[in-house]
Amino acid sequence: MKNKQKSIWVFGDYRNYYQNRVTLQLISKAMDLAKSVNAEVCALIFGYEIEEWIMEYTAHGADRILAIDEPALKSYSTERYLAIMEALVKERDPEIILIGATDFGREFAPRLAKRLKTGLSADCVGLEIDATGLLVQIAPSFGGNMLAEIVTEYHRPQMATVRPGTFKEIPHDNRRKAQVERLSLMKGLPQPRVRLIEYERCAEKEHSIENAQVIVCGGRGMGNKNNFVKLHELARLLGGGVGATRPVVYAGWADHNSLVGQAGKHIKPKILFSFGISGAIQHTAGLGEADFIVAINKNPQATMMKMADVAMVADAGDVLHSLIKELKRRIRE
Amino acid sequence: MLQLVVCIKQVPMVTELPWDEKSGTLRRDLAPGMMNPACKHALEAALQIKEKYSAHIAVITMGPPAAKEVLYEALAMGADSTILICDKIFAGSDTYATSWILAQAIKKQCANVDLILCGAFTSDSETAQVGPQLAERMNVPAVAYVEKIEVNGKTLRVRRIVDNFRETLEMECPALVTISMENYLPRYAGLGGLQRAFGENQIDILDAAALGVGVGDVKQEGSRTKVRRVFLRKTDKENVFLTGVAVNVVSEFLNKYERKISTVIGKSIEGKNRTNEE
Ligand SMILES: Cc1cc2nc3c(=O)[nH]c(=O)nc-3n(C[C@H](O)[C@H](O)[C@H](O)COP(=O)(O)OP(=O)(O)OC[C@H]3O[C@@H](n4cnc5c(N)ncnc54)[C@H](O)[C@@H]3O)c2cc1C
Ligand SMILES: Nc1ncnc2c1ncn2[C@@H]1O[C@H](COP(=O)(O)O)[C@@H](O)[C@H]1O
Repeated sequence: MKNKQKSIWVFGDYRNYYQNRVTLQLISKAMDLAKSVNAEVCALIFGYEIEEWIMEYTAHGADRILAIDEPALKSYSTERYLAIMEALVKERDPEIILIGATDFGREFAPRLAKRLKTGLSADCVGLEIDATGLLVQIAPSFGGNMLAEIVTEYHRPQMATVRPGTFKEIPHDNRRKAQVERLSLMKGLPQPRVRLIEYERCAEKEHSIENAQVIVCGGRGMGNKNNFVKLHELARLLGGGVGATRPVVYAGWADHNSLVGQAGKHIKPKILFSFGISGAIQHTAGLGEADFIVAINKNPQATMMKMADVAMVADAGDVLHSLIKELKRRIRE
Repeated sequence: MLQLVVCIKQVPMVTELPWDEKSGTLRRDLAPGMMNPACKHALEAALQIKEKYSAHIAVITMGPPAAKEVLYEALAMGADSTILICDKIFAGSDTYATSWILAQAIKKQCANVDLILCGAFTSDSETAQVGPQLAERMNVPAVAYVEKIEVNGKTLRVRRIVDNFRETLEMECPALVTISMENYLPRYAGLGGLQRAFGENQIDILDAAALGVGVGDVKQEGSRTKVRRVFLRKTDKENVFLTGVAVNVVSEFLNKYERKISTVIGKSIEGKNRTNEE
């Protein structure tokens, strides 16, 4: 096994497929990385009735697929999947393992890394191969205000979880071929100690603002609770969530779980609306990864206005009112 | 009585992040600290369990001597005992090493633990890895991102929403959970409570020797990852200012960015007769 082909593994997180396509994005990135370290790209799929995913990952660029298709894997169990993955890695010794930074992936990956006695970086927003062939993992810290370059020098595999949306998938192409290895479940898998009692899919909106694509944040400049709650209407129109500053939470206009900042959540929306917020550092600490910021404030000097892509110098209530009205009109047809 | 252990971390307040330009690391010694928000939620979850089912809460932190502050705060909130793990050879530990050190301390000082509670993630390193890795180190069942815990004897029933699945799971003690920030709103540690905490309670301080850990072990179980460089994310914002009457500002904004907004929200708001006929 001396000169065996190096392999970059991508964990098939298909349970989240309909919310995000991070596995496809990772296959595409792995193809990139594979060129620099001369490796193959291998996708892993464990579950029951998984033919659909074998086809999907093949059409999106995997060179090899390791598939385990068993009724016993019908419902997801972290412990089961860990045991399977651990055994496969120990047998085949991949160079790199990439896992989507979904909630699932971020629970799974650290436990796998511990079992493999290797390093792991979290929620990466960039991956590169350096001159020495090491995987450079770029991970955010301090609410994304800082980025860190992390390497695992002396242990293998090199592991990273990667933020969904960081990389672009390659287009679906039915003509692609992959070597599909259908494996059977290894013997002696441990009985899971965590029992799934019930589960259901729930609407995206119910979920925490930490993963929302659009967030409408409001601050003391909203004036009163009545005005503040209108932010929810805008958020609904945009399919997003509502965030708040600390004075707003203290005043009882919003729940504590909408607090954004160093004492609350760190958010990473594609678009952030910031209504009547001054931009104190304790609040902006949670905004390091907001992509596109629209700030509305009467005071053009406010810090929030200086860090915005678009700064509207106007009354927050008025802008909110017009925005809702105009969006309703435009979205209607 | 349930034996609970809560792992908390002191994180720097962002007011003034002093960076060492040369080494690219944070001068934590210069940054004022606070209890990591998610850890506070974890402590709150423990306190609510204690109120309902009776429990002993031990709080553990690994950090510099100044991390005592968050332990006093934990005592003031209602924790029963505290441990500070503090040794220079532990400085700069990654999650692999941190989970190992925490496990050593728990095995040594809280051997009969029923439930370990961690925050889902910290506000500085944000890895969300220490909890799951600690579960591996302790070889106990674990669930991450928990929003609600019910205790029934030694059976734990937990709820969570992950990746748009609402799940209810069960496991037996001893176990580990990481607590999200969706629920368990932390209580205030009043000034009186803080004074009492300072006055009465002792903090157990453990160094490597007290943990029975030597340099060789640290080599063996120490960090796997290395931070090569830390840098400020640069932003090149256009910073367009729009001024005027709200309605006009809004339609100017929508006209300019309709494509972008449509892409993000997955619904078209484009080109709907560009003027605002009020
Ligand atoms: C230890 C510590 C931790 C903290 N943690 C957090 C945290 O996690 N999150 C957080 O948010 N804060 C936090 N804070 C508080 C933070 O320092 C600020 O006080 C807070 O963010 C300010 O909120 P704000 O912008 O809503 O209010 P203000 O600072 O009062 O700003 C209101 C803004 O609204 C504008 N305005 C007023 N009227 C209108 C109008 N009609 N139309 C348009 N604009 C208007 C004003 O010009 C002003 O800019 C923390 C503070 C401390 C000390
Ligand atoms: N130095 C530490 N001391 C005690 N607990 C910690 C420490 N670092 C991390 N933890 C625990 O692990 C959780 C997740 O941290 P992290 O993996 O750094 O995001 C925290 O909320 C704590 O419960």
